[in-house]
Amino acid sequence: MPGQAVSAGRPLAGLSALDVTGQLGWLLGKILADLGVRVWKIDPPGGDPHRLEPPLLEGPAGRAGAEWVAFNAGKDRLDVDLLSAPQRVRFRDLAATSDFVFDTAAPGLLEELGIGWPQLSERNPALVMTSITPYGQDGPLARAPAGDLELMAAGGAAWLTGDSDRPPVRVTQPQAGPWASAYAAIGTLIAHHHRRATGRGQHVDASAQCAILPMLVHAPSFWETLGVNPMRAGPFLFGRNVHGAAMRNVWPCRDGYLSWALYGGPAGRQSNRGLVAWMAEKGMAPDFLLGVDWDAFDVATVTPAEVERMEAAIGPFFLTVTKRDFLEQAHARRMLGYVVAAAGEIAADPQLAARDVWRDVEVPELGRAVRLPAGWYRVAR
Amino acid sequence: MSTAAEPRRSVPAARALADLKVVEFGGFAAGPAIGKHLGDHGAEVIHVESRLHLDGFRTNYPPYARNQPGTERATMFAITNNDKLGVTLNLKAAGAQAVARRLMERADVVIENFTPGTMGRLGLGHAVIRERNPGLVMLSTCNQGATGPHAGRAGFGTHLTALSGFTHLTGWPDRAPALLWGPFIDYIAVAYGVVSVLAALDERSRTGRGCNVDLSQYETGVQFLAPVMATFFASGQAPERAGNRHPTAVPHAVFPCAGPERWCAISVHDDEEWRRLRAALGSPDWAADPALDGVAGRRAAEAWLEERISGWTRARAREDVVAALRSAAVHVAPVNDMSDVFRDEQLVHRRAFRLLDHSEIGRHSVPGPSFVLPATPDCVESAAPLLGQHNREVLCGILGLSEDDVADLEAEGALE
Repeated sequence: MPGQAVSAGRPLAGLSALDVTGQLGWLLGKILADLGVRVWKIDPPGGDPHRLEPPLLEGPAGRAGAEWVAFNAGKDRLDVDLLSAPQRVRFRDLAATSDFVFDTAAPGLLEELGIGWPQLSERNPALVMTSITPYGQDGPLARAPAGDLELMAAGGAAWLTGDSDRPPVRVTQPQAGPWASAYAAIGTLIAHHHRRATGRGQHVDASAQCAILPMLVHAPSFWETLGVNPMRAGPFLFGRNVHGAAMRNVWPCRDGYLSWALYGGPAGRQSNRGLVAWMAEKGMAPDFLLGVDWDAFDVATVTPAEVERMEAAIGPFFLTVTKRDFLEQAHARRMLGYVVAAAGEIAADPQLAARDVWRDVEVPELGRAVRLPAGWYRVAR
Repeated sequence: MSTAAEPRRSVPAARALADLKVVEFGGFAAGPAIGKHLGDHGAEVIHVESRLHLDGFRTNYPPYARNQPGTERATMFAITNNDKLGVTLNLKAAGAQAVARRLMERADVVIENFTPGTMGRLGLGHAVIRERNPGLVMLSTCNQGATGPHAGRAGFGTHLTALSGFTHLTGWPDRAPALLWGPFIDYIAVAYGVVSVLAALDERSRTGRGCNVDLSQYETGVQFLAPVMATFFASGQAPERAGNRHPTAVPHAVFPCAGPERWCAISVHDDEEWRRLRAALGSPDWAADPALDGVAGRRAAEAWLEERISGWTRARAREDVVAALRSAAVHVAPVNDMSDVFRDEQLVHRRAFRLLDHSEIGRHSVPGPSFVLPATPDCVESAAPLLGQHNREVLCGILGLSEDDVADLEAEGALE
């Protein structure tokens, strides 16, 4: 692909959606809007009640929450009061000619109001309606309240995250909504694919708790296969070694933190070799490290004591290195690793600038533009 | 296995993606997990790999069945590649390249996560294949995209999770950042990858033309952190990691329950919910202070409040804490550990994990979809392939090669 023109596409242009989601589902409509769907964000009179969730952005026209701004960009807005019977008639009329409806209402609530799946699909059998809720449309917890923290807990992700001497943690920027939304987008477009072939829509029942599970990757397999219950280990990477050795993956450096680990496989061995050569040039590689046969190094079977000895030598070296040094040398020496970046570093990243990631988007509620990431869907033809 | 969801199965089963032929090249999660989602809904997915360059999920990722490392005992590969046909091709051999081309020429979708440019060098780039198959949708996914000054830079998922900002925002404000488990960002890019493929196929249904999608895993991670970036650009300041604290909900924390490493999450989102929590705690004297009735007062006393609530939770079994607070309509959940996720009543009801039988691993769980499609149920049915398990089925059955052709390929080393 290098050398070919790559441009942002709008493959779903011509389709339309009604979006009556709250925070848990905001990103679903955003993803489809990014792909060209015309998404109508339906708000009660006065606007989305969650648009003032902090952190707040400010502008001459007022204030709005950063998450609300970021995850509702690219949508058109329409005020419809779903608590008013005549307005619900209007909503049903809109849904009759829409391709998608997205909601995050408590299971059964929209149906009680006469605008749930049974009523909407009766008039529009081709409709794809995606409902995202914390636990799904039915089951023992279908109506239990849960926010981001409870979902990260119930989905197992919190268990695996944090320092071992403190409680499990979530990611400070809420993740349950984005993960629930992105995985619901898969179900939505699979249902859409089926509709293209058959003319029949369906009701996609998306569970946020289930959408957290991909974060666990193979951690549940440790329990099932070996009876081992992996748990949080701060900066250490667990789950690559049959003896339970944990590799440090977040290291303090001169001006922050960087992410690198002793690793296996051809690429990992090259990465280890590259680091030791760099350390040797700086006179900081002890003899035992210079003597390691990296071709024979197997990350899956190395002993915890060997890992500890190597890391005790590597740690002091990284303290002498800046993030910029590390990124340059890692690339030049084919080491696998990046820095632990904060927002300012991401904003200044030349790669994202070269790929034209940032867009200044006008936000009427603020009376000013806000810079957002755009254009993740890129095609070469 | 739950039976509660079974009535949905009484709907005549249609496989939503049964019309799709998918071929995937690559390893680890970023490519193959996309193919898994398509296979879970009925697509024919042919997973191409080589004995000469084994998938890292077969070699570097425990756990292995019986804790014995081995390419056919790696559960990481098994949970990423169910419901696929496995073919071995040594793509350095001319005969293997010809087979790969033929597979791509009959495919609707090709997924690859090699270093950018690799497919082109093998004569398998989109620009070549589309001449024979103009409708081909090809998804190329890599760390930072196929263009730009850092195109081709490689890193594992944990490293890219750090570069894209998640790691910085995870952990305690007075401590180093904490690692997120596994290749966290890969599974964000996987969702965007599946969505990209389905969107490109939809466009093809109208235009007849395919395309080559260039998916940067980094950019998909930045999408998830768009609120953080918006805050930074608008104010010059960005949120920092804050443990479990929340801007407006107080308390908002993980609390210890009776027994070692038993935890629950509790959060209070408004003053009314605080009153419900207080009543559920038994209206203790310490909670009667009117200052706590408002969020400002609770914020001022947050650490003390967390300590007092911990005193209550620590004396009780996790299940009792969760039941008491749920019945009071307070936000609460157990911190499920890796044994709990197999027993959680809601996850069991949703059939979050499916049991498959693998000839080397035995009976094991693979993840099912996070959503239910009532009219087109998923079909998670077959364990991941052994190396080359379906070589004959694909070469002879699908491509129509003769036994002699296959023998020639074997002699050339093309099927290694």
